[in-house]
Amino acid sequence: MQLTLWTYEGPPHVGAMRVATAMTDVHYVLHAPQGDTYADLLFTMIERLPRRPPVTYTTFQARDLGGDTAELFKDAARQAHARFKPNAMLVGASCTAELIQDDPGGLALALNLPIPVVALELPAYQRKENWGASETFYHLVRALVPAGHSRTPLEGRPAVCNILGPTALGFRHRDDVKEIRGLLEELGIKVNVVAPLNACVADIRRLPEADFNVVLYPELGRTAAQWLQRSCGQPFTQCIPYGVNGTLDFIAEVQQLAGAADPAQTREAFMQSSRARWYAKSVDSTYLTGKRVFVFGDATHVIAAARVAQTEMGFEVVGLGTYSREFAREMRDAAKLYGVEALITDDYLEVEDQVKALQPELLLGTQMERHIAKRLGIPCTVISAPMHVQDFPARYAPQMGFEGANVLFDTWVHPLMMGLEEHLLGMFREDFEFHDGAAPSHLGSGHGAPAKAAAPAQQAEQIHVAQDASIASDATVDITGWAPEAEKELKKIPFFVRGKARRNTELFARERGLSRITVETMYEAKAHFSR
Amino acid sequence: MTPVIPIRSDSSGCDQSPVITTERGQREVFCGLTGIIWLHRKIQDAFFLVVGSRTCAHLIQSAAGVMIFAEPRFGTAIIDERDLAGLADCNDELDKVVNKLLSRRPDIRTLFLVGSCPSEVIKLDLSRAAERLSRQFNPAVRVLNYSGSGIETTFTQGEDTCLQSMVPVLPTLPSGSKQRLMVVGTMADIVEDQMRRLWTDMGITDVDFFPPRNSTALPDVGPDTVFLLAQPFLADTSLALEARGAKRLAAPFPLGVEGTTAWLQAAANAFGASQDTFDNVTRAARQRAESALARQRTQLEGKKIFFFPDSQLEIPLARFLHREMGMELSEIGTPYLHRKLMAEELAMLPAGSRITEGQHVENQLDRCHADAPDLVVCGLGLANPLEAQGLTTKWAIELVFTPIQGYEQAADLAELFSRPLRRRIKLAA
Repeated sequence: MQLTLWTYEGPPHVGAMRVATAMTDVHYVLHAPQGDTYADLLFTMIERLPRRPPVTYTTFQARDLGGDTAELFKDAARQAHARFKPNAMLVGASCTAELIQDDPGGLALALNLPIPVVALELPAYQRKENWGASETFYHLVRALVPAGHSRTPLEGRPAVCNILGPTALGFRHRDDVKEIRGLLEELGIKVNVVAPLNACVADIRRLPEADFNVVLYPELGRTAAQWLQRSCGQPFTQCIPYGVNGTLDFIAEVQQLAGAADPAQTREAFMQSSRARWYAKSVDSTYLTGKRVFVFGDATHVIAAARVAQTEMGFEVVGLGTYSREFAREMRDAAKLYGVEALITDDYLEVEDQVKALQPELLLGTQMERHIAKRLGIPCTVISAPMHVQDFPARYAPQMGFEGANVLFDTWVHPLMMGLEEHLLGMFREDFEFHDGAAPSHLGSGHGAPAKAAAPAQQAEQIHVAQDASIASDATVDITGWAPEAEKELKKIPFFVRGKARRNTELFARERGLSRITVETMYEAKAHFSR
Repeated sequence: MTPVIPIRSDSSGCDQSPVITTERGQREVFCGLTGIIWLHRKIQDAFFLVVGSRTCAHLIQSAAGVMIFAEPRFGTAIIDERDLAGLADCNDELDKVVNKLLSRRPDIRTLFLVGSCPSEVIKLDLSRAAERLSRQFNPAVRVLNYSGSGIETTFTQGEDTCLQSMVPVLPTLPSGSKQRLMVVGTMADIVEDQMRRLWTDMGITDVDFFPPRNSTALPDVGPDTVFLLAQPFLADTSLALEARGAKRLAAPFPLGVEGTTAWLQAAANAFGASQDTFDNVTRAARQRAESALARQRTQLEGKKIFFFPDSQLEIPLARFLHREMGMELSEIGTPYLHRKLMAEELAMLPAGSRITEGQHVENQLDRCHADAPDLVVCGLGLANPLEAQGLTTKWAIELVFTPIQGYEQAADLAELFSRPLRRRIKLAA
């Protein structure tokens, strides 16, 4: 039993719903008690879909448990087929129905429906949402793709690919698909099928007609792609087209798979045309250099975002992690690139503790990290699911491809203090408008670090001090404290870097066995740590 | 999923009665766990620990788009496969979780163990667990348990089972005490204060609200307690209070001017306040509410409204909207109909009103489309799809999360219904 106050991922049947809802003619019959219909609102309210998810819930109640819940399931499946006339049906159980062991797969088979019925076994007490989506898509593909197909060799004809992985309730999937489809077409590669998003059953059957698969979201599409590789001989992409460099690598990879020549030339042309790349190079971006950033979210987005942060924005990745346990190995490998330890957890309090300890200047995370950042007064941008209504912007805002890289530049830089403004704040601390709660001027008073955030920020500092104190007691030297004038000097440092200054100074003092921190110590530490 | 079963048809014989149909099928409603969203805000020193699955945790955080400002006062002990395989003793595991939780949260005075579908299907006995843990943490923390499971409860019934679990631990009001009034059911703090002021002005000062804002300030109960239900979904709590000797004051619910007046009056009568006193005390607020409602009425009059089942507030709302706002009633869906508690409300509905208890959502949607109402009150899962089909909707959940009871809120309540209509006109223009 695990105490959970908040969860990054829903149960696996919600993953199955994301696949069913993404598609146009699949219906999901879910054996579930009253109340599980809450999941509909994820799609109708958060994603604002103008239609109900294609899901029928059996809605059993306590009084049914003594009776025939199996019959209830069969009635529901029969009625759903008659009413919605889907071309394929998914059947399965939510967590409670899993316990009553009615075998929805067997029951649905007994109905002899004239459509393919795919039984899903999604262990709700072990697995989570993304795994459920991946498994559902894989089983659907496996059940629908016909056996015995042969593709004609490329031999000069234009290559054809599928795009696998985008689902309903995905982080910018809608816009990523548009962006990457456009990019592939620009490269002369035809897109055969995008699945599961907006695909129909007939589309899934046509998957083998492509030469290779583009896997945009490995958490959701890799299992199906691996099966297609084994059974249809279709290779699939490993590069994620995220950021300018990621997109360039992706282009090289697909051109190789498509048998196209001279990726080097295209690379140069694309690089020249990237606005994000130029903006990052422009002198006004110098202030971004070495900003300490912490990244948390699903594995794919975090690994890709960390690379962009370090190599395209010139930040320093001081920590990263994921809630996708299935991708812990990939995450640990990525962490090695930055010389940090990956945080693999689905407990947001652990993430919060790490953020407090690291005092980053920017957080890239999920909606939960946005809240953590708000509490700690740290700028933050959301880069990953779980989804919030704000993550479905009305405008076109992909994360992938070259336009995606532009969006990343804008949205990551936006919450930060602008370069010159930061300098002025540093120089004229005593100006009454430069109080601790002063937000970046372009964000207005309600954003980023509003006046109210000053209190949590101070609190965070206090917690931080407490933590440091505990560390200090383990160390050989006790720091008896800050001299009052040093404390006053510290207050002159803008709040968003003050935590770091305090931490560095104390670290410096400890290393040198200084028990009291004076103004001198502070500036010595500053010189020592200056980058 | 069986088609509509007309279990009872009350239309024969008496023209005054509404037509009540019961149906079964897919229900587009929340389970009782959802009540935690407002209960944990109302009772400020209580923690709600759901013993359930990831689905339960996901439901609560999704249902209200719950924003976590600090550590929330609710959580889920997620049962995992080790618990189910018998590799771990569920009770030991639960004790561990509770110990961990309470050591983190020394401010908690009452801990509710909340049963869920999975915990009930595996027959995890939370009442024994609550007794055991209560002994362990006595006197610092009281541990209670109730069911919020979807197999037992619908949405607001979670508050009923929660309050019911508190009734046995209410202190006893000794027989022969001065009569006290207990107001039962969560209302906004500001509404409670308004009600208390009105009664105080009538000379009724011995008034308690249940649930209290603080779980250590429980109201006394005994044969000299009379109670008024502020919410219609408290059938089991009502029975539990009666079992402790308290007497329920039958009244319509305090929605709209008419409902509020009758509800306040029921208490006034029980305490022997004169009609003059009552009229004098309530006059100003009543007149304010009436004139504010008159403005709302121009927008709502003659409009047809359809209720999908949600909170059990549907019947009192329909009564208010019909009698005070002149709206035409299409179908009134309710997840559950308690005839005794609803008797006064049912009597005020127009003859032949169509009430549906339970739900078969597909059939109900068919009826909704056939009726072509001007306004549909429904849950979050249905609202946008219906809007996309050209209907105008009002989310039902807002009616539970907004102060709507009493005179000062009567126009706010009406405005919740007129706003979607006004918005549609604005956007069309």
